[in-house]
Amino acid sequence: MTLKTISIKNLLRRKGKAGFILAGLVIGVSTVVGILTFVEAMTDSINHKLEKYGANILIVPKTENLALSYGGLALGGVSFEMKEIQEDELARIKNIKNARNVAALGPMVLGVVNIESQKVLMAGVNFKAAEILKPWWHLQGALPQENQMILGAEAARILNLSTGNQISIMDKKLTVSGVLEPTGSQDDQLIFTRLATAQTIFDKNGRISMAEVAALCKDCPIEDMVKQISEALPGAKVMAIQQVVKGRMAALAQFKKFSYGISGVILLIGSLVVLVTMMGSVRERADEIGIFRAIGFRKGHIMKIVFIEASIVSGLAGIIGYFIGLGAAKVALFAFAKSHSGYVPFRLDLAVGAVMIALALGLVSSAYPAFMAARLDPNDALRSM
Amino acid sequence: MVYILADNLTKTFGEGEIMVKAIDGISFQIEEGEFVAVMGESGAGKSTLLGMMGAMNAPTSGSLMVDDIDIYRLTQEQRADFRREFLGFVFQSFHLVPYLTVMENIMLPLAIIKRSKKNKQEMAEAAMNQVGLSGKAHRLPNQISGGEKERVAVARAIVNEPPVLLADEPTGNLDTKTSQDIMELLLRLNDNGMTIVMVTHSPDCAGYARRIMRLADGKLMDDNIKLRSLKRWQRNKEPFPSLNQALAAGSLPTG
Repeated sequence: MTLKTISIKNLLRRKGKAGFILAGLVIGVSTVVGILTFVEAMTDSINHKLEKYGANILIVPKTENLALSYGGLALGGVSFEMKEIQEDELARIKNIKNARNVAALGPMVLGVVNIESQKVLMAGVNFKAAEILKPWWHLQGALPQENQMILGAEAARILNLSTGNQISIMDKKLTVSGVLEPTGSQDDQLIFTRLATAQTIFDKNGRISMAEVAALCKDCPIEDMVKQISEALPGAKVMAIQQVVKGRMAALAQFKKFSYGISGVILLIGSLVVLVTMMGSVRERADEIGIFRAIGFRKGHIMKIVFIEASIVSGLAGIIGYFIGLGAAKVALFAFAKSHSGYVPFRLDLAVGAVMIALALGLVSSAYPAFMAARLDPNDALRSM
Repeated sequence: MVYILADNLTKTFGEGEIMVKAIDGISFQIEEGEFVAVMGESGAGKSTLLGMMGAMNAPTSGSLMVDDIDIYRLTQEQRADFRREFLGFVFQSFHLVPYLTVMENIMLPLAIIKRSKKNKQEMAEAAMNQVGLSGKAHRLPNQISGGEKERVAVARAIVNEPPVLLADEPTGNLDTKTSQDIMELLLRLNDNGMTIVMVTHSPDCAGYARRIMRLADGKLMDDNIKLRSLKRWQRNKEPFPSLNQALAAGSLPTG
């Protein structure tokens, strides 16, 4: 026979009240867990999409008065006849502190060619890197092999070329292996060929006009990566397409703040439910408490009984709340984020956190009722019976 | 040896014109091992006095010493410790905890003392045997009779072997036969050395005590009414007259 026995027996006797407290806490905890899990999943999803978005860092030659406009993003422009970057210098990027955050690195050679009296911008690219850097490309045809090229939709229309056509560019015969579907970007106007082919055509072996980098910036500020690349390539100007990343992150941050606010309000309501129910329970048990006090229980013993009850219910609420929250997050992801796989992994830290939050909430909310119970005068309590 | 010493105890409720004196300057001594009945009409101040002796109801003035401890100089928590160590309570209407079994109710005072589970079990079983409740350990209070509930209440009061037992109308809700059983139980405890102070309306029950104190309007009207004859009759299992009958017949020497 211990105080724990009294607490457990009382909970079992007052199942309704215990259930009510449990429900209040479960709703609070599951909401918090659900929202946190949902936000976490959405963050991952957005980061994943950011990775798919393509290049978010541009490396261009350091020069004065540079204004580049490329890829539909207003970043300035590039003077094609300016000093180029040495291709082998790009290898230094592999050694920067956040090298593991570099998803793709795409060197590019740009030059103007004449095709049937039309001036066209030709870009030599690394097509393997382009898969990550330009996820919006949808190619009708095949990626170019040696002496092949692909055309932007607008370029194909204006030049009246299609897959299989062969044209001569600076004494080099190139076959059209595919045509890009319209992208809405400047890519529609360009001809793309392999980097080495373009370097040969423009006589720029070992040199590039610019490079694009896709950086995974979930765990690193993009500014840090820009700084690190700048240090690695002192002769180049490194720029972040910050508005894209920052815009999305800012939207996510707003959503997080809103979610945490809602969670806080629900937790507050949950704790009020515990407080009110516990107060009612204490009033109902005034006679018992009177008996306990009369036979020698100290105030601390009475408070301990209330706190043990609160701990048992809160701990249980934490466990149940975690799993319900996890389920709710899955349902929410299914309903509101159809692109998400819906897979939500078990997270021990969140599970432990849920139990801790429930315990803290239960104990804090029970503190006043416990104090009131302990303050009951045994003589008054017994006289009221 | 004087065990309980009350000196000019007074308890008032309210102020000014509506002030009521529940206890009005009562002084008395109770020896170790005495069995004292406190009698009086409703509102005489019996239960208030018992509450004071139980360290639960501080007097407005005066002092109460138990075993040379001035109990109202103790802090509230020390008084709780005092109740646990020195007093056993038998409340009016049993006051059992409804969701605890007979055994658990009896073990209630042991829940806050540091003893092994086995030791606590043995103490509870000993108390149960003393009150004759063997075989009912796992029943809930609503599954036993009124007499059995009173026995549980007594067992709970004596489980930690306190030197003083305070009983408030212990037979108030029981029939005559059960009342006699309970009184015999109290008498046995008193024979074993326990000091008992019992509040009762019933002269029949008071007849079991070695001493009777009578209160009226908060004042101690009579003390030490001798009831040797009643005790003898009770011991001989003879039917005994009520206190009033005995007093009227002049068979009870008083003073």
